[in-house]
Amino acid sequence: MLEFLATLGRSAIGTLQRLGQGSLLLWHMLGGLGDLARRPRLLLVQVFSVGVLSVLIVAVSGIFVGMVLGLQGYNTLSQFGAAQSLGVVVAASLVRELGPVVTALLFAGRAGSALTAEIGLMKATEQLSGLEMMAVDPVKRILTPRFLAGFVSMPLLAALFSALGVIGGYFVGVGLLGVDDGAFWSQMQAKIDLHDDIVNGVIKSLVFGFVCTWIALFQGYAALPTSEGVSRATTRTVVHSSLAVLGLDFILTALMFGA
Amino acid sequence: MDNLVEIRDLRFCRGSKVIFDGIDIDIPRGKITAIMGPSGTGKTTLLKLIGGQLRPHRGSVRVDGQAVHRLPIRELYRLRMRMGMLFQSGALLTDLNVFDNVAYPLREHTGLPESMIRKLVLMKLEAVGLRGARELMPSELSGGMARRVALARAIALDPDMIMYDEPFTGQDPISMGVLVQLIHALNQASRLTSIIVSHDVQETAGIADLIYLISDGRVIGRGAPSDLLQSESAWARQFMQGLPDGPVPFHYPAPPLERDILGGG
Repeated sequence: MLEFLATLGRSAIGTLQRLGQGSLLLWHMLGGLGDLARRPRLLLVQVFSVGVLSVLIVAVSGIFVGMVLGLQGYNTLSQFGAAQSLGVVVAASLVRELGPVVTALLFAGRAGSALTAEIGLMKATEQLSGLEMMAVDPVKRILTPRFLAGFVSMPLLAALFSALGVIGGYFVGVGLLGVDDGAFWSQMQAKIDLHDDIVNGVIKSLVFGFVCTWIALFQGYAALPTSEGVSRATTRTVVHSSLAVLGLDFILTALMFGA
Repeated sequence: MDNLVEIRDLRFCRGSKVIFDGIDIDIPRGKITAIMGPSGTGKTTLLKLIGGQLRPHRGSVRVDGQAVHRLPIRELYRLRMRMGMLFQSGALLTDLNVFDNVAYPLREHTGLPESMIRKLVLMKLEAVGLRGARELMPSELSGGMARRVALARAIALDPDMIMYDEPFTGQDPISMGVLVQLIHALNQASRLTSIIVSHDVQETAGIADLIYLISDGRVIGRGAPSDLLQSESAWARQFMQGLPDGPVPFHYPAPPLERDILGGG
């Protein structure tokens, strides 16, 4: 029993310690934003590798998720004779939930894991130490641009996901199942609210971008500098980011739409 | 004698393992000083302590009169601009080519115009014999070439001191000879203070002015290479001459052979 308590205590202290280290790293990264303003090129390069290179997987997933929504939505709605509202159902599900959440999960798998592996390997091959010895702060020079790039890219990727999802839903609903073209768009236009739906969705994906990138960079920076250490850190990035996204999504949804 | 680095009563631990237990080391200015010892004695750790990447648990590390571990970060970075470090792996930035790697510290710290940086980088690359390799990426370099590029980068800001971390490990005889000659020539040409951490006795003893032998967290011997080869200490002689048996036994501690083999069990 005592042993169990000791183990519990140890792991709690360990978790708190990592949380503290993560917060210090975040503070350090944010301190580099001023420097970054003077070197915008560093940010552009990272937006390309974190954001642009994730476009394909996000776009393809968006289209398919939208097509499935169109199919499922039509089947359910047509039972109540409400098939003309398909546009609203597809758009609301995408903008409010699926866009931010699925994009964040894909981002964690595609860009997050790559960030962790990159930083972990830079640590293992002494590149970060090398920068320190050249009197260059590796957190500000290497981590900060990646952090900001993740934060900026996520809402854009989520917007792309939702937009292509709507097109996928339109293709199945209007193109294949015979929902009225005008009704699809006009109902969507009437019912989707800029603040309630779109702004809240953007807020969600900003939060997810912040958390996923932070987790990925921290895991890489804190990884043991061995091949096993980097591989574990990469796995942890995907697991922790996914859980954080799903947990935060519930909290944010409760705050935004709960009352 | 005028010392660039002075280490006094240094104690450093990793977890419960004591790496250094009260060592004193002086690095004279303008000379090549070698820190030697068996693998795992914390020679690289010593370089990180001098560079301020690690903090001692007791004692002091002074570089040019400044206590490295007490400097605020800005001052520490200013001091590091006067130190070069050659990592064992080279530690080149893998997403930049040879030219940009060498230009990196210049672009970061000097604000010189690009035409001037180009000239400086080509001069540094010429010094290590790799001016023609400037377009290559680090992945296209051999281990020895990577170390020479890293050396060009380490001298880019014309530091007062260079620390070499195991510069000869894993090199073929030719690139080993090249590195030995380069380190010696750099030291002669620009009156650099050099610290070489190594366990390659032959090569290091050939160019060092002063050698410190470290084992089990203590300084076992100190002196010119020729003195250490004739040292009174049996340990120093075993290490310098590479004898398989001696104070450091060939056998890992074990019960007597007869008991292990004949004793059954």
